[in-house]
Amino acid sequence: MKKSVLLGTLAAAALVAGAAGATTLDDVKARGVLNCGSNTGLTGFGAPDADGNYQGFDVDLCKAIAAAVLGDQSKVKFIPTTGETRFTSLASGEVDLLVRNSTWTFSRDTDLKFDFVAVNYYDGQGFMVKKDLGVSSAKELNGATVCIQTGTTTELNLADFFKSNNITYTPVNVADDADAERQFLAGSCDAYTTDASGLASTRATLPKPDDYVILPEIISKEPLGPVVRHGDNQWGDIVRWTYFALVAAEEKGITKANVEEMATSTQDPEVKRLLGVEGDMGKMLGLDNEWAKRAIAANGNYGEIFEANIGMSTPIKLARGLNALWTQGGLQYTPPFR
Amino acid sequence: MAMAIETPKQGFRLGMLIYDTRYRAITIQVIVLLLFLLFVGWLADNTRHNLALKGKDIDFSFLWRRAGYDIGQHLIPYTNDSTNFWAGLVGLINTLVVAVLGCIFSTILGVIFGVLRLSKNWVVARLMTVYIEMFRNVPLLLWIILVYVILGETRPQPKDFKAAADGTQIATMNLWDSVAVTNRGTNLPLPLLDRPLPGGYTSALAIIIVLIGSFWINHILSNRAKATQEATGVRPVMWWKTLAILVLPTLGLLLAMGFHLEYPVFKGFNFQGGINVAHAFTALLIALTLYYASVTAEIVRSGIQAINRGQSEAAYALGLRPGRTMNLIILPQALRVIIPPMISQWLSLTKDTSLGIAVSYLDLRGTLGGITLNQTGRELECMLLMMLIYLIISLIISAVANAYNASVKLKER
Amino acid sequence: MSEAYVRGAILPPLAPPVSERGVVKWMRENLFSGWLNSVLTVLAVLAVYYIASLCLPWLLHGVWNAGSLGECRSIIATNYGPDAGGACWAVIHARWYQFIFGFYPIEAWWRPILDFALLFVALAPVLFSDNPRKAAIMVGVVSVILVLSLMALVPWWALLLTIALMAGLSFLSYTATSKLLWVAAVYPFLSVWLLWGGSVWGPVMAMAGFGVMVLVYRVISPGLGVIMGTALGFVAACIWWLFLGSLAAAAIQSVVPFGLTYVESDRFGGFLLAFVIGVSSISISLPIGVMLALGRQSNMFLIRTLSVSFIEFVRGVPLITMLFTASLLLQYFLPPGNNFDLILRVVILVTLFSAAYNAEVIRGGLAALPKGQYEAADALGLDYWQAQRLIIMPQALKVSIPGVVSTFIGLFKDTTLVSFVGLLDPLRGVTTIVRADLAWKGIYWEPYIFVAAIFFIACFGMSRYSMYLEGKLKTDHR
Repeated sequence: MKKSVLLGTLAAAALVAGAAGATTLDDVKARGVLNCGSNTGLTGFGAPDADGNYQGFDVDLCKAIAAAVLGDQSKVKFIPTTGETRFTSLASGEVDLLVRNSTWTFSRDTDLKFDFVAVNYYDGQGFMVKKDLGVSSAKELNGATVCIQTGTTTELNLADFFKSNNITYTPVNVADDADAERQFLAGSCDAYTTDASGLASTRATLPKPDDYVILPEIISKEPLGPVVRHGDNQWGDIVRWTYFALVAAEEKGITKANVEEMATSTQDPEVKRLLGVEGDMGKMLGLDNEWAKRAIAANGNYGEIFEANIGMSTPIKLARGLNALWTQGGLQYTPPFR
Repeated sequence: MAMAIETPKQGFRLGMLIYDTRYRAITIQVIVLLLFLLFVGWLADNTRHNLALKGKDIDFSFLWRRAGYDIGQHLIPYTNDSTNFWAGLVGLINTLVVAVLGCIFSTILGVIFGVLRLSKNWVVARLMTVYIEMFRNVPLLLWIILVYVILGETRPQPKDFKAAADGTQIATMNLWDSVAVTNRGTNLPLPLLDRPLPGGYTSALAIIIVLIGSFWINHILSNRAKATQEATGVRPVMWWKTLAILVLPTLGLLLAMGFHLEYPVFKGFNFQGGINVAHAFTALLIALTLYYASVTAEIVRSGIQAINRGQSEAAYALGLRPGRTMNLIILPQALRVIIPPMISQWLSLTKDTSLGIAVSYLDLRGTLGGITLNQTGRELECMLLMMLIYLIISLIISAVANAYNASVKLKER
Repeated sequence: MSEAYVRGAILPPLAPPVSERGVVKWMRENLFSGWLNSVLTVLAVLAVYYIASLCLPWLLHGVWNAGSLGECRSIIATNYGPDAGGACWAVIHARWYQFIFGFYPIEAWWRPILDFALLFVALAPVLFSDNPRKAAIMVGVVSVILVLSLMALVPWWALLLTIALMAGLSFLSYTATSKLLWVAAVYPFLSVWLLWGGSVWGPVMAMAGFGVMVLVYRVISPGLGVIMGTALGFVAACIWWLFLGSLAAAAIQSVVPFGLTYVESDRFGGFLLAFVIGVSSISISLPIGVMLALGRQSNMFLIRTLSVSFIEFVRGVPLITMLFTASLLLQYFLPPGNNFDLILRVVILVTLFSAAYNAEVIRGGLAALPKGQYEAADALGLDYWQAQRLIIMPQALKVSIPGVVSTFIGLFKDTTLVSFVGLLDPLRGVTTIVRADLAWKGIYWEPYIFVAAIFFIACFGMSRYSMYLEGKLKTDHR
């Protein structure tokens, strides 16, 4: 009986097929909604709250892009993806953009035909152990059992690290962050390895955080950032420069609260260009000139988003570290808006 | 629908393709074939288009590249330098191990539980009913997760097995210090040979040959005993001969080769030596076994109840005890009713080993269809290959089982 | 005078010895009738005691009102001592609705609830075809539960409307059960509209497609024959669904706007999602299953081969690979640029999956029919489709209902697997989200037990119904 609905949808799909080949920007505008691939259960980065509204550091970037492109930060639909389905969702066009702490690697960029347009979080893989294990360096973990999430770059790094140090380990594969935490707490593994940010957020929420230490070794570089499909450079530029606009806003002291005021009062020519008071930057991207202003007004600049979701004032308590602005000893750096 | 109709003597008309039963079947088949080919072509064309849009191709060469990840449980030599193909093979073997052990255990347990459910013992029968209904009516996935969590949460940590300075231990090993069940795995003793025969697998081969030989001799002996029984009516005492023939030669060979067990010992972080079985495997096996045992029990119960009451009454009239009635009269007949649904249970169990995903058990889906797929991004190739392999396994099982089924059926009168 | 040694009155019968009466006798016969039985009894009692001693304290120490897991733990610690374990049911108290509805908006909860109730109304004529009293009882009970559960959710006039509607349906189910088949016919469209919302005219126009098919058939078949009529009717309906229907729906909507708020698929979760996937897959797969079963029995080589290959292929691969196909591969096979959402893709694949299983169930039903039925149909001069429609299928389908119910039970349980492709199933999907909340981080058993309990109630009920049906069918045939 429901076949008719199915047929109807098939027909709709066939009609839509005619429109294929249009750019992602046109698709998003036509749809009126930005489809953003998200995490479902990573506290602080991307997870729905009790009412089903997505919250987090990665989520706010999606909202900023929605604000820039569609003029409304609420016009974004978060598509839950798992570690295993995320890249296919992006490749198939189900999502326009993937912001789901995905590591920028050579093969993902080339072989998988994606573009990592920016790095919104510089991370590295670390280890967390119980204090009473008496281990102070990851190199002492010979023979240890290590919990590791499947479907990530971390399992490849782990294999490489133990191999290069000529020590052995037993991998315990876990499905997600929550499962890893349970196993680690129960002592099913001696060490838990994932991105250092993840370790910090996990540690912060454990019953007795002081009983656990994060080992000093960072065994890999994990630049996490938004991913788009290869080949649609306009869309890549929009995502990249919206992100840079947030970083530039922090650099220039533009916040959610003062963005309107800055737009009228500023004398700084770069700020004027950024906020669309002068020049035609938005037009060059295929948007209007107020795009960056809206993106900043959505949830604030990079620093504000960081502090609100994962910063020291939240339970996750991550320091800025590598993600501080370059002027403050970090790596977050934006090319000039010129 | 071939009917003897006088065909009218007129020339061929186009309408006859539809209305003449002689041609209609052909017409329909041709139309269906055309539609089918069109459909397949449509799919293939879409796939080609989509691949071109994404700049991808179909290429299986990733199978021969380095996998780069580690697999905790590998029954054949594997390191992270092995190829993706080899990783898939390791996963396939892991799938088959769980499937085979699960089928064996669930069948044994299921038969026992099914018989016990029909027991006259009120407590036992009720307990079995509760168990069967509980397992059958809750998703298997939940049982896998629950068993996994229970194993991880209730067992002691490995370091609890270490004797403290004052000699006290929080946890002790089971079965005369040979088995340790910690919260991260089960440590079993590893059988080792001091003086193995030269060559890779010759020792194992020798043991298998000796075992087959023993069973063969035992078979001859029992045939002879049967003949004696039929001739004289007295069955010669057999059990000690059987035992000796089955056990002694193998035991002798093992002793000659210097068989001993390597016990797991706590060292460093963990138990070292012996075999370490991860809980992902144990939990999957236990959950599959218990779940399918409950299904099997129902099959066995309905099989037994399908046997006419007259059969057991006749057996009682002959003076057979209930146990022997069950073994000699009821079960052999019930088997014919039981086996066909049992085959489909074995099939489902094999397929359901893929639920190991919930506990990250690295089976075929975990390696080829999981990590390899994810790290190489070859979803089309990996998925097709994986489905093909599962399909082949299923077809083999149903072919073997159907052959057996046919052989059982032949005896029907 | 009677002799002194002859007893004059009959003695009252003595009570049987202690070992032969009451509890003791029952225990001797049922529990300790032999050494094996005694051992089993003792073992069983020990097992029950062991499990109870493990679980009961934990269950009894449960806390229902708390804001977070930490609060739960401190309440248990103050009440039962620092080492006591206890269940934190507060998480269920706080988040139960997510396990049931996912993120379905609260102001629209009445829609899935009403939809669920109407499902039983639609099923009543099928389930209790020959027993209007039972059908009426079921519809009545469902109505009462529906009204009770809607009380807090909808305004009074809507409640009155519901009461009137359900009373009418209950009455109808008693007086003319078979009339309810119309509800069953409309139900799929109504259900789609209720759950997803949007304009009512879309589903209405989809339904109208069948009207177009019948109309064309009526017009053409007298002139060109049944086969051409059917074929052209089908083609006309397809054209209607593909092009005209949506235009007509849009046109009427602009004149007479009527609809519900649109709810996007990604708001679906929990048992609502399991129910949507399960019910829609099984109902779409039934007709496909019938076709496949007939195809498998056909004596046309090509059709038989195709049917057998499809059935064996689908039954040979695990459901999880089908789900990954829905999530990873289906996009490759469909025209470029399509934008099916994941739920629809999962429903398509699960439908194909259950179609193969239903085909086998129906084949069993066909095989159970005596050959005489086919021969009688032939003797009456019925053609193939007439024979199927009038003689074979009504009987075969009736025999197959228990099998279809157990397929559905299996499917319903297997909907938990959709969490592996990122959907919010009640077991893992919703639980993950609940645990991502800092307040409930680290909670394990309680959500699982809650979900297990609901699954148990639903599946146990359905399996009992199927057993009742089997029993009824058995007497019919002996």
